[in-house]
Amino acid sequence: MTLAIAAIVVWIGLWALNVMLARWLPERQARIVVPIVFGLTLVLVVELLVTGLKVPFVILPKPSEMVARLFTSLPMLWEDFAQTILKGALTGYIMGCAAALFVAFLASRSDFLRRGLLPLGNFVAALPVVGLAPIMVMWFGFGWESKAAIVVSMCFFPMLVNSVQGLAATSAIERDLFKTYAATPVQQLSLLRLPAAMPFILNGLKVCTPLALIGAIVAEFFGSPFLGMGFRIKTSVGTLSLDLVWAEIIVAALAGTGFFGLLLIVERSLTFWHPSQRR
Amino acid sequence: MIRWLSQTVVPVVTILVALVAIWYAAAIPMNSARTYMMAPDDAEIPFSELVTDTWSQKKPQLPLPHQIVAEVKKQATFSWIWKEKRRGYKRSLIYHTWVTLSSTLLGFALGLVLGVSLSLAIVYSRVMDLSVMPWVITSQTIPIIAIAPMIIVLMAPLGFTGLMPKGVISMYLSYFPIVIGMTKGLRSSDPILEDQMKTWSATAFQTFWLLRLPSALPFLFPAMKIGLAAALVGAVVAELPSGARAGLGARLLVFSYRSETIPMWANLIAAAILAGLLVVSFSLLERALNRRLGFRNAAEASS
Repeated sequence: MTLAIAAIVVWIGLWALNVMLARWLPERQARIVVPIVFGLTLVLVVELLVTGLKVPFVILPKPSEMVARLFTSLPMLWEDFAQTILKGALTGYIMGCAAALFVAFLASRSDFLRRGLLPLGNFVAALPVVGLAPIMVMWFGFGWESKAAIVVSMCFFPMLVNSVQGLAATSAIERDLFKTYAATPVQQLSLLRLPAAMPFILNGLKVCTPLALIGAIVAEFFGSPFLGMGFRIKTSVGTLSLDLVWAEIIVAALAGTGFFGLLLIVERSLTFWHPSQRR
Repeated sequence: MIRWLSQTVVPVVTILVALVAIWYAAAIPMNSARTYMMAPDDAEIPFSELVTDTWSQKKPQLPLPHQIVAEVKKQATFSWIWKEKRRGYKRSLIYHTWVTLSSTLLGFALGLVLGVSLSLAIVYSRVMDLSVMPWVITSQTIPIIAIAPMIIVLMAPLGFTGLMPKGVISMYLSYFPIVIGMTKGLRSSDPILEDQMKTWSATAFQTFWLLRLPSALPFLFPAMKIGLAAALVGAVVAELPSGARAGLGARLLVFSYRSETIPMWANLIAAAILAGLLVVSFSLLERALNRRLGFRNAAEASS
């Protein structure tokens, strides 16, 4: 009980610290320090509450136990990571986004194709495409190929819609200017359309990141070899080794956040000219 | 009208027809393995026979549109209302669509409440903005399906089983676009108008109610539409690890274990129709509300 009260005290204390940090630190440091303090506060409060209220292990393990498990079963987690994220999600992500970009290039050359694809793509992007997962498992087997296939089908349409919009984002004046300079179609694409489309393309890539992870893990619920993150989560819930489940969740979170952060860095260096990047 | 026909309907229909044609053509090689397996050795199968067989199998690799439509028609009955369930589970597609719809709507409502209140806190408190906003974005890079079983395990001892955990999982996906859209919207009011409110010595609440909220609505509605679609994805995904027996996702799992492909596709089509209906009905609501409040459409406003 005392620990539960300590949790409340810690919460209030660290929140007050955050209020002060937000007020006194310069903008740039505050943007980094304040969220970290907030995250640590949450972890600390959960740890104290779980210990203080004696929450059983089979409901919620302590955060410290999760992290401990993360380090003790590192080799297994790495194998699952390689199977699900490197082989399944990443391959599918690259193939799906590349295919969508290719179709978007075709659509940018033909107005008819663009008018036909855009409403359809918008509609399909709103559908629960993840439901195709069992069908992909049936077609491509239990291995990582079926996971890549579902990721391709989940990423394709959001990416397509964004890229088509992006490639159409040039103004008539800019296109006329390129025509006056007698630019070839390739030059027009590489120097005008592609740079103008970059913010949209990167936005599509960002939207697809969590979709790829969800697709790869969901597909493992429908059949997988004896490894993979979704498989491990499914079986570990069954055997009540919840610390392992949470360790997998931490790995998935780190992978997703890491990749997203990478995209943000790429975005900042490629589209530094865009108004949304102004600081 | 004619412009709309030639510039939108004709291209869309052309591509749809092309897709269906590709579908029928692809079914022949994809389903042919079974045809050859059933035929006696070395038997030459004429092409016409191959086509009729691959287009009418019971458990094809790729079911054809006409088979799926027939299955949807067969299963979309209301008989579950008055008939007792016979084989341990209910067969009606409408019943399972309704189950998924109910957790979608619950998740969307929860997500709307959470999203709007979070964005209010973010807009009005700098500490909240600094400390919560990065975690809101991080939360979406964590795949929901990894956490879904844990949400169910966590909520069971609190007395929440069945609908509520599924709603929470839907909420996790649907609150995000709402936070982002609403925050952007609340910050989009014209600074000149804000100064004007100040000159009129409007209270903070008046500024919020009369200026910031109305200018946030054109951002909120598209965000809500995305949130609604995300809530549906969440509802389908939530039924996979929860051991649920009803709902489109749960049925998908059942049929995939039995490799009954035609009902699987019928389920997918039901999910697609549900998504379409949700988005269309929400768009109508949006248009009616906008007209009522005297707004132009967000699309018109931004152009």
